[in-house]
Formats: sequence, C-alpha cells, structure tokens
Amino acid sequence: MAKKIVPGVLASFAHLDAATDAIHSLKARGFRDLTVYTAAPNHEIEDALDQPVSWVRLFTLIGGLTGCTAGFAMTIWMSQDWPLLVGGKPIAAIPPYVVIAFELTILYGALSTVAGIIIMSLAKSLKGRPFHPRFTDDRIGIFVPCTPDQSGSVRALLTEAGSEEVTVHGA
Amino acid sequence: MTVVAHEPHRPTQTHAEVTRDVLGTLKTPSRGYYMALFGAVFMFLIGLFTFTMLLKDGLGLAGYTPPVMWSVYITTFVFWIGIGHAGTLISAILFLFRSPWRTVVYRSTEAMTVFAVMTAALFPIIHIGRQWIFYWLLPYPNQRFLWPNFKSPLLWDVFAITTYFTVSTTFLIVGLVPDVAAIRDKVSGWRRWIYSQLCLGWTGADSQWRHYTRGYLYLAALATPLVLSVHSVVSWDFAMSIIPGWHGTIFAPYFVAGAIYSGIGMVLTLLIPLRKVLHLEHMITDYHFDNLGKLTLLTGSILFYAYAMEYFVAWYSGNIFEQTTFWRRAFGPMWWAGWTMIICNAGVSQLLWFRKIRTNLTSLFIISLFINLGMWFERFVIIASSLSNDYNPYAWAVPAVTWADWGILIGSFGWFLMYFLLFARTFPVVAIQEIKDPRKHGGGGH
Repeated sequence: MAKKIVPGVLASFAHLDAATDAIHSLKARGFRDLTVYTAAPNHEIEDALDQPVSWVRLFTLIGGLTGCTAGFAMTIWMSQDWPLLVGGKPIAAIPPYVVIAFELTILYGALSTVAGIIIMSLAKSLKGRPFHPRFTDDRIGIFVPCTPDQSGSVRALLTEAGSEEVTVHGA
Repeated sequence: MTVVAHEPHRPTQTHAEVTRDVLGTLKTPSRGYYMALFGAVFMFLIGLFTFTMLLKDGLGLAGYTPPVMWSVYITTFVFWIGIGHAGTLISAILFLFRSPWRTVVYRSTEAMTVFAVMTAALFPIIHIGRQWIFYWLLPYPNQRFLWPNFKSPLLWDVFAITTYFTVSTTFLIVGLVPDVAAIRDKVSGWRRWIYSQLCLGWTGADSQWRHYTRGYLYLAALATPLVLSVHSVVSWDFAMSIIPGWHGTIFAPYFVAGAIYSGIGMVLTLLIPLRKVLHLEHMITDYHFDNLGKLTLLTGSILFYAYAMEYFVAWYSGNIFEQTTFWRRAFGPMWWAGWTMIICNAGVSQLLWFRKIRTNLTSLFIISLFINLGMWFERFVIIASSLSNDYNPYAWAVPAVTWADWGILIGSFGWFLMYFLLFARTFPVVAIQEIKDPRKHGGGGH
C-alpha cells in the first residue's frame, strides 16, 4: 500500500519573527490547518496560531476526582468489611484516610494527565505530513496543506515572509 | 538566529550549539566515568552480598536488638527519601515560580530524585525481615479477607512513596520526550531506532506542544503538594507514636525542610564533578551554584530554627522524658552523633551567607559533603537516640551497629550512583528544549 502523503508546502525558518509573520499571512488567506514545528514551546507561535486551551485539564480534573473518591471509598469500605473496634474510636475514621485519598488524588490526576497528553496529541493525525530533523534542533517548520494549484502562491508567500527553504510535497 | 543565554548578562549560544553541547555528553565516556561506574557497581555488590547474608541469617545480623529495632536501615531509608525531595522541588515548585536558573540543573536533579526514591524503596523491604511476603503491605483481597490498617502511618507511607515514585518518574519521562526526539534526529543506526521508540513519535508540532505544555503545567501543580506531603508523611511515621523526642508538632515542616536541604546537598555533590566530566562549564555556571547555595542557606536556616525549637519545646514542656531525651542527645552516650548533626547542618550551612563561598566550587563541594553526612546523622539521631532511651531507664541501650548495617548502606550508595551514571550516559542531563524556550531563562531569546 502506498504511503499516505498530505499534499502541501513545507517551509523552514531561521527566525521567529519571520515564522509568525508567515503564520499571520497564511491565516489571513484562509489557511487554517497549519502544522508548525518548533524545538521548544513558544508563546509567539501559540499567539499567532490562536488555538483554544488544551482539554488536558479535563483529564487532570477527572483523574484527580476519581483518585480522591477511590481513596475514601477503598479505606471506608475495607474498614467496614473487617470491623475492628479499638479504644472506642470510629471503625471508619476520616482524618487518617485523608492522607490515602490525597495521595491517590495526585496519583490518578498525574497518570490521567499523561494519558490526556497522549490522547489529545493523537487526536490530530500528523501522518503523511512532512518533517525535517532540523525542526527539533534550530529551525522552525511550517507545513501548509494545499492543493497543487495553490502551492505556487503559498510558496511565494512563504519565501516573501523570509523562509530559507521551501519545498512542495505531493505535487 | 535563535539564541539563548544561560544566565543574565552572559554570552549567548545558538540553538544548534545547545543541541551539540548536550549531545556531546552522550559520546564515548572518559576513563574517569568507567572508573566511577566500576566503583558504583562494586559498592552495589557489597550491598547485594550483605542482603544475601541477611536473607540467610536474619535481621539479627544487623544488630536488631531491643530497644533499638529501627536503626541504620530506617535512618538510611529516610535519608534517601529526603535526597529525593530536591529534584521535584527544583523541577516542579521552581517551575511554577518561573525561576530562570532551574532550567539547566533540573533534569539531573529530577533523575537523582527517581534514583534516590528507588534506593529508599529498598529499605522497608530489607527492614521487614521476610522480604518474600512484602506484598502483604498492599491492600489486596487475601484468603482471610483481611485488609491493611489504614490508620497506621506506615501504610500512609506505602501510598505516599509509591505515589511519589510514580509521579516523579512520570514527570522525568514526560520532560525527556522532546529531548529524546532531538537526539533521535542527530544519531544514526541502532541508537536512532531506540530513541525513535522512546520519543513516542514526537516531532515538536504545535498540536503536540499545545497539550504537552498544559499537561506539564498540571503535572508540576500536582507534584508540588506531593513533594510537601511525602516527607510530612514520613515524619508522621515517628510523630504519630509516643516515643520521647518524636512528639514535636513541627515534625512535618521540619522534615520537609531537612529533606530539601539534604537533597540540594546531594545535587551539589553530583553536579560539581558532573559538569567537569561532561564539559558543561559554560552551561552550569556560578549563577546556578549561587542560587543553589541560597536555597541551601534558606533550608539550612529553617533546620537551625527547628533544632532550636525542638530543644525549647523539650524544656518548656516540663516533661521529664522529653527533657531527658534531649539532654542525652547532647551529653549522653551518643553525643557525637547529636553534635555532628548540629554542626554539619545548622552550623556549616551558615557559611553560605557569603557569596564568595557560594560561588567557590571547592568550598561548595566540601560543604555539600558535610550536608550529606549531617543529614544522615540527623535521621540517625532522631531514630536511634530516641529509641535508645524511652520511658524505662532499665531498658536503655545504645544501638548495636554491625558490618551488615554498613554493608547495606554502602550498597545503597552504589545502587544509586550506578543508575545515575548510566542515566547521564544515555539521556541528556541538561534539558535541551527548556534551554531553548525563551520563557525559561534569564536573558537572550530570538
């Protein structure tokens, strides 16, 4: 089976200002499905792309609440399951169980956060989109999915914005 | 050209130079590295031999006699758990505070945390005696339908340390993913294949960074209360009991400050030679050591206060058992341990008021060794001296420390150093992507 290739234009930038200018210009022309590669997270790029806040927070919240509930439920149920009365104190004592519930809140919250990062990152498939090893080193990459008819104008736009190398894919 | 500065008002490096220099640490190591690794493995083998003897002959070999049934092993357990606290403090708490100096040092401290907790986790297993049934600590349905006692601080400890180990390992691995991808794109052959599998298909696309940065922030937010809770729970192992000397209500913050203090001491002990061996002098500079020194001074001063407050509370309580315990800590048969703790922790840390000492690596390294020694003795004093003289003077006895105690202690250092050295050879000890992030350092930018 032939490898899936997303047709479009890949540009490499040495300077952040040029890359953000290019993103603004592309968005003004109606190109929304851009893929921007950077070696480190960057506020300017995030602002230029103007994407909504990640839903990873929901995973953290649900994980944390599940852990807290599991902590109290497990300790209370297990104490009731084998009731051992000591010094007239309650069988299920809440204050010491807060420690277990707290630890499980953190544990479940952290593990579900990681699951959230993985699931949310996989939600947008990058299959068939070109990549260059320098993007994890010192260059910023912008891939613009477009039809072969549009590739000429996109290429011109990216070159004008200051891209040092532009290649057309899937033409 | 994209550039970074490792500290304010210093020459900058390009992103390509950062990648090159950090990747340089993964090249064929020097003879010194192999000698250190050999030494660590040898120390570990001493520990393994001792453990085998303990399995064969029992815990009596380690001088377990009443009234001090908890001695060197539990002391060393608390010592290693404490070491593990600096990593998460630097990587999570200082991340939330946006401290620019943490960027260069946090990866090595985070790795140190994971390996220190791995080392600490050995000790409850060694200490329980019948190691092959250690899983009785975990709440699983057994044939008698018995459940563990969740009111016991020892069980809180099981949950706290398991959670801490899992979360700090997760935090380390998540932080490593973009850096492993950077290595993947620079190496070839079988190494490229391995790093490709480890980086989980990371390309640095905006759709990945968007979720990654958020997730990392939440992980830091979760790890922050965790790091404060873990040593609090460890302190409650003692403070929840009625042994004189373990009564202080300041035990939790006292233990947390001590843990961070000891952790930074170990960071300094590891980082000072590491930067020379890996040729990272231009990245890890006086600026970073100055800040680590300030943090050591802060936590050392909190300890100073806690030591003074323990003696004050003992005197002010009017409780003869408490007063006797503290009198004997200073002037009893174990006075040498009590004074080692006070001099190495409360005393030596005060030298760090002077900037010249904070930025002189020789003096800082020597101070860090004193911190390691002092913090081990702190735990020994709290545990062994309190147990050696409780309510009944007839039962008082000085702990019998044997070769099996030292064998396991040496083995634990070997186990810890072995993993740390292997990590430093396999993964970047400086976080490449964070150095390149203009938000995370004091100067430079694009």
